[in-house]
Amino acid sequence: MKNFFAIFFSIFFIGFSSSLSAVESKDPIKLTLHDWTGQLITTNIMAEVLKKAGYNVELVPADYIAQFAGLQTGDLHVAMEMWETTGRDAIDEYTADGRVVNVGSTGMDAIEEWWYPTYMKEKCPGLPNWEALNDCAEAFATPETSPKGRYLGGPVTWGGFDDERVEALNLDWEVIHAGTDAALFAELESAYQRKAPIMLWVYAPHWAPSKYSGEFVDFPPYTTECYTDPSWGINKNSAYDCGKPRGPIWKVASSMLKDKWPGAYDAVEAFTLDSNEMGNLVASVDLDGNTVEAVVADWMSSNEGRWSTWIK
Amino acid sequence: MISNIQNNKKITFFLLFIITFILYFYGKEIASYFDAKWIIKYPKHYIFPISKYTSLFVKWLMDEATFGIFSFRDLTRFIAWLIQQPYNLILALISKGFLQGQGQDAVEILPPLSWISVITIIVSMALYTKDKILVALVAFAFFYLVIFGQWESSMVTLSSIIIAVPVGVIIGLILGILSYKSEILERIISPILDLMQTVPVFAYLVPILVMFGFGPVSALIATIIYSMPPMVRTTLLALKSIDPQIKECGLMSGCTERQLLWKVLVPVSKPTLMVGVNQVIMLSLNMVIIASMIGAGGLGYDVLASLRRLNIGVGFETGVAIVVLAIALDRLSQAFVNIPARKRKKNISFFKKNFNIITLFIFIIVIYLLSPFLPLIKNFPENLVFNTSLFWEELVKYININYYDNLESFKVTLLTYFMLPIKRFFLGIPWPWFITILTITGWYFGKLRLAFLCLVLSLFIVVTGLWEKAMITLYLCGSSVLIASMIGIPLGVWAGVNARANKALTVFIDTLQTLPSFVYLIPVVMLFRVGDFTAMLAVILYALAPAVRYTAHGIKNINNQIVEAALICGCSPRQLLFKIKLPLALPEILLGINQTIMLALSMLVITALVGTRDLGQEVYIALTKADIGRGLVSGLCVAFISIIADRIIKSGSNKLKDKYGMI
Repeated sequence: MKNFFAIFFSIFFIGFSSSLSAVESKDPIKLTLHDWTGQLITTNIMAEVLKKAGYNVELVPADYIAQFAGLQTGDLHVAMEMWETTGRDAIDEYTADGRVVNVGSTGMDAIEEWWYPTYMKEKCPGLPNWEALNDCAEAFATPETSPKGRYLGGPVTWGGFDDERVEALNLDWEVIHAGTDAALFAELESAYQRKAPIMLWVYAPHWAPSKYSGEFVDFPPYTTECYTDPSWGINKNSAYDCGKPRGPIWKVASSMLKDKWPGAYDAVEAFTLDSNEMGNLVASVDLDGNTVEAVVADWMSSNEGRWSTWIK
Repeated sequence: MISNIQNNKKITFFLLFIITFILYFYGKEIASYFDAKWIIKYPKHYIFPISKYTSLFVKWLMDEATFGIFSFRDLTRFIAWLIQQPYNLILALISKGFLQGQGQDAVEILPPLSWISVITIIVSMALYTKDKILVALVAFAFFYLVIFGQWESSMVTLSSIIIAVPVGVIIGLILGILSYKSEILERIISPILDLMQTVPVFAYLVPILVMFGFGPVSALIATIIYSMPPMVRTTLLALKSIDPQIKECGLMSGCTERQLLWKVLVPVSKPTLMVGVNQVIMLSLNMVIIASMIGAGGLGYDVLASLRRLNIGVGFETGVAIVVLAIALDRLSQAFVNIPARKRKKNISFFKKNFNIITLFIFIIVIYLLSPFLPLIKNFPENLVFNTSLFWEELVKYININYYDNLESFKVTLLTYFMLPIKRFFLGIPWPWFITILTITGWYFGKLRLAFLCLVLSLFIVVTGLWEKAMITLYLCGSSVLIASMIGIPLGVWAGVNARANKALTVFIDTLQTLPSFVYLIPVVMLFRVGDFTAMLAVILYALAPAVRYTAHGIKNINNQIVEAALICGCSPRQLLFKIKLPLALPEILLGINQTIMLALSMLVITALVGTRDLGQEVYIALTKADIGRGLVSGLCVAFISIIADRIIKSGSNKLKDKYGMI
């Protein structure tokens, strides 16, 4: 038995060291860290996987948008989460001249929609059907918007076409834009503490849908025609008479990655995670209080079969 | 004759006022009657695409500009490298340790200084000044960082401050001296300083990142750009206000020009120069949050990340860490400059003379050698770390649940009777008339030059199509400044007449200026929801400081003889304050309001984060859309508003000083 272990370990080490020598460059690959847990987890998993392949990895805190300047000049190399909805403009702008490349989807889909806490169902039993929205607009009103309902949208930079949606579906609601993600959820926390009415933009994967009990509103499902063709859908004269699209979360990289570390590029390209899986990981950090490192280490040990194929 | 002119002036002012109100009430009707909609809204197809050209120019500068042998970017990257070296050294010394290799391959050759050593060094520096209160303050501040588990992050922040502040102070001092010597240079530098202080950092963040690379160095450079202007200004002011007799005295005793400058002028103006140093430190720590967005890490990153998780308590603790760091550094640097010259003892051996320093060195070396064996020395034990975050969260929750309705009604009242009328007023006045009024005001205070300046700068805002956003900006800042002055000036008067109040208020004000606004923004959103009111509260809290500071300064600096004369004439304390002190301090108070306006405008980018629709938001959108030109142009609009306000108020203050014979 002892011998068996010795042989096993020596094979393992030979394998390990051979993979080390296979690496194209020992310069550190820089991955960016943002300020939300999901992104920290994806980036840390990617970093661990690249380390297993023998690459030298460095994690750098950076702003979601400002990082593009660094990716473009090759100061930074990989950004693991660019959301279709919030990052589209930046992706288009910087991938245009080929210095930043889109490495494909992470496999996770972002859900973004109108959301309300469960306790509001008592005041508005017709929910989650969107047709109930007009009947209970007043239940969601505040002094500034009354008698219209108040819907707290995302920051204007997120887009989302909520003003157009309210118009197209003829809703008695007013769209108020929060300036940041933090402000958005601060309002939710405040309302939830008081069990006060609130309807707002929530997205997943995020800790909020796991921390607060609530539901997304069911709008007519999104299709491409709905946004482009006015005659589609309930309102024949207007586009945007449907819910929001579920956009992929992209990975982007500096073009330098492919030139200098082609193997690492392939690994980043192969990386995929499932939305539900991600939701659980995020909840384990934000709600159960585990550290990101512990959660990632746990994932690495239980998913060896998956990540080992990424670095082949 | 004089009264006649006065009367004429009054009539003109009254007329202008009436016309403004008529236009405000009937602007729309007049516009539609003459079929001239452009009066209300500047036509879209006349918008001049300045932002597009700016984008193209900056792109050219960053990607193609070259000096022949090396490109523009090579030059900036070289500067970045120069700054990087001392930064890396200090970072290694107090935070990261000396490493060989990069990334996870790095091996620690030498560990960083232990927290015990850093605290010992700082406290010994405080001891050197022989100020017991200072020693207690500094020790308290640094122990706070240890006990609340902020040590690692705060050392990262401290390393960037240790680089940014001296660089900012030295460059500022040199520029100030140069512009003291050459009036032409002064004229050139002055508007550049205005832009450095008022163009929001977000507007030039992307170009800086491309030029200097992504990382702490870019953050350092942004910090220096933002925090240096007060140093230049105070240096110039200090040198200019030196008594000519002192200068002559120096010349008579045979100083060379260099000796005159360094041995006479600079030492004499030390107290004023230290005000500049204080501002550089405060503003540098103010940039910690934004610096963390571009790779500086440290305390700023912790604040952002914890608030993203709605962890108000941790955000607050980290914010306070920034404050204590700022206050400790500031007080320490002030005390160091004020150490009275000590007599040099002769005939004492080197060892005896430097006994204290040598002991300190030995202590640090012992600790350093022990650190690999005692984990306590290397890292403060985690189970002893204090955590009050639950308390803060529960506090906000308690207020939220029990007092929300009261707060709500307070907010609605203030919104309907104070803020909305102001908003409607600014948005209602047709832009051609607004510019006319501005130009006339410029003429009244500063004749042709100021009138021309007002006209050109406000036309710039119109032709870039940002007029409406600029008006929302004016309304938001205007109402905040109004309230900030109403709170700040009385507080300043109180501090001016009462030394004890002054001490307490100074700490309070320093806290407000360095506590990252994000820390209180999120609880405020919880209690007041997103919107203009929340934004206004944040602006007031931040911009309050100069109103208090300048008023206090103005009241304290009134010539004592005047006060005595008033007392002899039998003034009651009340009369003394309202008839003598306040009028005499008025020019200073106006300058305070001027600074309040500047700070209010510099908060705009932060208020955009709670959903306002002003120029700050425009800058923020440009950042997220990676539109360099749009960001710079809207940043310039913010700067122009503040320049107009600044020039008008300064001329007004000078006029007043003239009137009271203070010049």
